[in-house]
This record gives sequence, structure tokens and C-alpha cells, in this order.
Amino acid sequence: MPTIRVFDREGKLHVLDAPVGWSVMEVIREAGLPIEAACGGCCACATCHVYVDPEWLDKLEPPHADETLMLDEAFQVQDNSRLSCQIKVTPELDGLTVTLAPEF
Amino acid sequence: MPFSSGSMDLRTAMNGQAISTDLVIIGAGPVGLFAVFEAGLLGLRCHLVDNLDKIGGQCAELYPDKPIYDIPAVPRCTGQELIDRLLEQIRPFEPTFHLREQAERLERLDNGRWRVTTSAGTVFEAPAVAIAAGAGSFVPRRLPLPEAEQFEGRSLFYAVRRSEAFYGHRIVVAGGGDSALDWVLALQPHAASIALVHRRDEFRAAPSSVERMRRLAAEGALRLIIGQIVGLEGRDGELEAVRIKTQDGKEERVACDRLLAFYGLKMELGPIAHWGLDLDKGQIKVDTEAFETNLPGVFAIGDICTYPGKLKLILSGFHEAALMCQKAFRYCRPNERLIFRYTTSSTDLQKKLGVI
Repeated sequence: MPTIRVFDREGKLHVLDAPVGWSVMEVIREAGLPIEAACGGCCACATCHVYVDPEWLDKLEPPHADETLMLDEAFQVQDNSRLSCQIKVTPELDGLTVTLAPEF
Repeated sequence: MPFSSGSMDLRTAMNGQAISTDLVIIGAGPVGLFAVFEAGLLGLRCHLVDNLDKIGGQCAELYPDKPIYDIPAVPRCTGQELIDRLLEQIRPFEPTFHLREQAERLERLDNGRWRVTTSAGTVFEAPAVAIAAGAGSFVPRRLPLPEAEQFEGRSLFYAVRRSEAFYGHRIVVAGGGDSALDWVLALQPHAASIALVHRRDEFRAAPSSVERMRRLAAEGALRLIIGQIVGLEGRDGELEAVRIKTQDGKEERVACDRLLAFYGLKMELGPIAHWGLDLDKGQIKVDTEAFETNLPGVFAIGDICTYPGKLKLILSGFHEAALMCQKAFRYCRPNERLIFRYTTSSTDLQKKLGVI
């Protein structure tokens, strides 16, 4: 099974088993890390905001227009900002590294 | 809107008199709405309170246009369609909605009834209360800067109560949606200066508003700044400037004395947390016979309640509403017998529904 690497807001690294087909948000939420994901993964809020390690950015499918719109409601958005509910785990993403964006 | 606005009830409340009803429902999402239906079949009258300015909860606020596929016998509908259908279904029972009001206090009266007081000062007295508040009430998302708090309510606002209060000021508006654009356009003629800050040069607001904003920006009547707010400056609650990180990574200081920030809404449990309810991770513990909380006569249904096996599905909330009403009936009509009947065959129920 692929694993993803998640830095929490204190900078601690968590290496999580990531079933193929799950969203990165689901992997983070099921691991009990603090991610709000208020809308449950339908790209209707911006509370699963993560920063993707720049090395991995090009390996992801580019964001859908919906996701870019929702990111307008997030704060401290950077070029590597994504909504983790919109990133599907694939075997190629083994080792994907993300950081939880600040909570607000 | 086929429902009474509640203004008459509000007048009653302002005269110091409580609205007496059978069931107060906190939350006008799908589950709160279906509770009106189940209560109505039992002859119970309902008042609903919701902090949003519209009926429908998350379905209407978060995903009105997104499809739902797991409502029994409705293979596909959007969030808004589900709400519209529920409104049609409960119309015979004439519920009263109290929108833009947050349920603030819950108190037990000596006669065993419950008193609910809202942020607008509306007071209800009822034998039963159903909390159908989903993930909590929708409140504006605050500016997540440590220094924001000292300015909130004085020079930093997340909503406009009285637009005149902004006249003559140097205003910065943040956001890219309709609220941000509508207020920029409405305040621009009256402001000493006005700037719109948004993180990218695309806006999700109505295209006609965006076009008007761009025209004003081209004329120099407003400043459009592409960037994000990273700091606030001022003292004693009075803003003097906002610091904005622009797209090229530079920081710019924009002098202003009023900041209006529109970063959408978030959900939070709010005052419910202090009502003495048994909570488990922000959800209200209930039994699965009647979805009653630890407070007798106070029920919790839908996403806000928790019990072993709970699934946060709309259909689970519908089931919870139906069972809750059976027990609520006993609080509301202690001397009456409740007979179980089907809408298919009962002329009594069909009369209540207004179909015969």
C-alpha cells in the first residue's frame, strides 16, 4: 500500500498508509489528525487545505475549477495549496508529502 | 415564500411575551424540515430557528447545486431540490421560520417546559425541543491573524449591519465572492477611498458585478489589489492600515480605517456547547429509542447527534426525526393517546395533509 507523509501544524511528521482510491483528506482524517473537512469531501468548503511538497506538485492532477474557487475561501493560500479531498491516492503517489495548512 | 416571516411572533416577543408552541426545532436543514412533517402528522406545531439567512442548512449553503444520490426513492436530486421538495411536503403544517437567529439559551422552567432564547431576543416556550443543528451554526470565518481580535466589531467587520456606518471611511474589502463584490459596489460612492483585495485576478461573484467593479477600477474609483492580507496595524481597536502580500511576493501597506472581510462561512457548535448536554467530540449523545438527550424533552437528530452505529446520512436523520416525534408527542400531549396510522389509509392524516 502506498504511504503518504503528513506534517502536522506542530511540524511533526506522520507516515500514513494510504489505500489507493481514497482521497488524501480521508487518509488524514481516518488517521485522527486535525483536519476539519467540514463538507465531507465534496469540494464545498476549504477546511482540508494542505500545502503539497513542491517536489510532488507536478505529479498531481491539476486542480479542477471548483477547487480553485473554493481555495478563495481559504487563508494563507500559496502556489502549492490544494484541497486534500480532491487528491486521489494512486500507486504513483507513494511517498507524497503534504503539510496541514493553518486552522482558522 | 409561502410561510409567515415570523414578524408577528417577533413583535410578540418584543412585548416580552414568549411564543408558546409544541416543538422548537433548532436548525432548518433537511432533518429539521422533515421533523416538521412527522410532528405535523401528530398534530404538533413547530417553530424553527436558523442562523443562516435561508432555509436548507448545509444543502442550501454548501452544496445547493451538487447532486445527492442516496435519498430513498429519489435517484438523484441537488441539495436545493431536496430542500424545495421538503418545503413542499411540510407546507400543510405551516411551520414558522426564524432565520438569521441563533438559539442562544436553553432553560428549564418550573412547569417542566423549555424556554429557548435567540440572538434576536425571540423567546419560545415549549414542552419539547429538537436540536437538528448539523455541524453547528454557520458563522462568518474570521480573519486568522492574532491581532485581528482587537479590531473586530470596531474597525474590522465580517458583515454589514448598517451601511451608513462605513460612509466617509477609507475601506478595504477582502474576498472574491458576491458578498465582497456587492459591498464594494454599494459602498464605493460613499467611501473616502475603497480597495478590494483578492488572492487572484478571478472572481466567483456574479459576472455583472465583476464587470462593474473592473470598470470602476479602470476609472480609478476603486483600487483592485491582487494579494492576501498578512497583517493589521492600528491601536485601541482602530485600524490604520492592512499589510498585503501581493502576487510578486512583496508586501504593501494600505492605509485604511475600516476592513470588511468576506472569507465565507464556517460551522461551529456555538452556544449549544454550554446547555448542559452530554457531548461526545462535539456531538450530542442520545438514546436510539427516541433520540432524546440527557435533558428530558430535549432531543437531538441528524448529524449533530451521536450513538453507537450512527451514520451521518440525511436518511438517518429522517428516521431519527420520526421516532423523536413519537416521544415529543408525549411531552406535548400527556393526556392524549397516540395511535399509529399510515398516511395511505388514515383519513385523519390525509385531512392534516390537506389532500381530502
